[in-house]
Amino acid sequence: MMMNPAAPPFLDALAAATCRALEQAEIGLPPDVLEVLERAAAAERNPIARRELSNILENIALAGERRVPVCQDTGVPIVYLTVPPDIPVTSELFDGVREGVRRATEAVPLRPNVVDPLTRTNTGDNTGDGMPVIHVQPGDRFCVTVLPKGAGSENVSRIAMLLPSRVGEIPKVVAETVLAAGGRPCPPVVLGVGIGGTFDTAAALAKEALLLPIDRMDDYEQEICDVVNRLGIGPMGLGGDTTALAVKVKTADCHTASLPVAVNVQCWACRRATVEVRR
Amino acid sequence: MNLTTPLGDEVLDLRAGDEAALSGTVYTARDEAHLRMMEAGIPFDPRGAVVYHCGPVVQDGQIVAAGPTTSARMDALTGFLLDAGVRALIGKGGMGPQVVEQLRGRGVYLTFTGGCAALAAAHMTLRGVYFEDLGMAEAIWVIGVDRLPLVVGIDAHGGDLFETVRQKAKAQFKQQFNTEPGNDP
Repeated sequence: MMMNPAAPPFLDALAAATCRALEQAEIGLPPDVLEVLERAAAAERNPIARRELSNILENIALAGERRVPVCQDTGVPIVYLTVPPDIPVTSELFDGVREGVRRATEAVPLRPNVVDPLTRTNTGDNTGDGMPVIHVQPGDRFCVTVLPKGAGSENVSRIAMLLPSRVGEIPKVVAETVLAAGGRPCPPVVLGVGIGGTFDTAAALAKEALLLPIDRMDDYEQEICDVVNRLGIGPMGLGGDTTALAVKVKTADCHTASLPVAVNVQCWACRRATVEVRR
Repeated sequence: MNLTTPLGDEVLDLRAGDEAALSGTVYTARDEAHLRMMEAGIPFDPRGAVVYHCGPVVQDGQIVAAGPTTSARMDALTGFLLDAGVRALIGKGGMGPQVVEQLRGRGVYLTFTGGCAALAAAHMTLRGVYFEDLGMAEAIWVIGVDRLPLVVGIDAHGGDLFETVRQKAKAQFKQQFNTEPGNDP
């Protein structure tokens, strides 16, 4: 698609930034994710698990050398925009992001993953109704953050509307989610846990939690992570010490009678990148 | 063990947890390709063949990225392939009890590290394609492989590493929470 000549001047820059962020996210993992993977590989005691982790590290190095995606499931594009006050929030902003996704689909290349939910017809360029998913928030800098999300881990994500009296059972709900998922989400996983808000915001919080650096956890996150790792599911569900690389929690206030808990499961390829829009 | 396609009875010697390196030819197939093959027939010689649960990224006649997809989606779509002589499946995450039974005495389920698309591609050469109209992810790609490093997930004798790990994890859960895991949180 050519940009409309009357389009605001930042649109092409936004498309370029989106494309660059996707390329960066797909080809290399963030340093915090690499560090946690390396730590896990060094600490792992199960021989099959050690081999799986070494395959993962070798794969990441190869993807970087060859400038190819770390995983063939290049995901669906989840995009977070921070928009400074002088940029109008109009539909054109969304057009710029969509154009960036189209460009990245050709350039990286990304696998065309986006289909009509009922007919399953592929749109061919990773855009469609509601795709990319775009979240807009006010900010000081004009930035685009991408989180390409694969299906294997997304499909085992869950939400629970707990009784408020069951607040102590949140680690158990997370462990149940991981246990039910087994090897399907490509463990070692990163777990984004959204607590509070409403049915829908809990899920959004869980996904946003996956944007947080994973090389540090608070005590609550570490407690949940330990509970999960004691299950011994291991890399790819083949057994081992490393089932979760990290747990990240985000909360929002909620109704006094509600306790929404969402667990967004993320495979080891915890892809994310932020690029500032040059204008 | 080194394996070369077409596979024969040597697969019966493998045990869950063994390492294997596969050379020869594999055919990619996901949900749509399985459904099409059930309707229109298998477009390749299935005897001794290896089916890879994978939707690769292909660019300019090259395999760019080709890690495994979640095999459980093919649980109910696999019997006809084994009946036709397919000897091995490659994927990730393991397969259901009906496939464990269908593999008995005939074939194995091999697992390649999920997400390791670049590593897989480094062992691969593109040789052809069937059902290209299904789209890049769902078409059947004919791929030459050279010593692809795999782990036996399910053997031909009912051995299932995924199930063993799952049972241990369930027992561990019970120990931690003093209750059975619920399916519905």
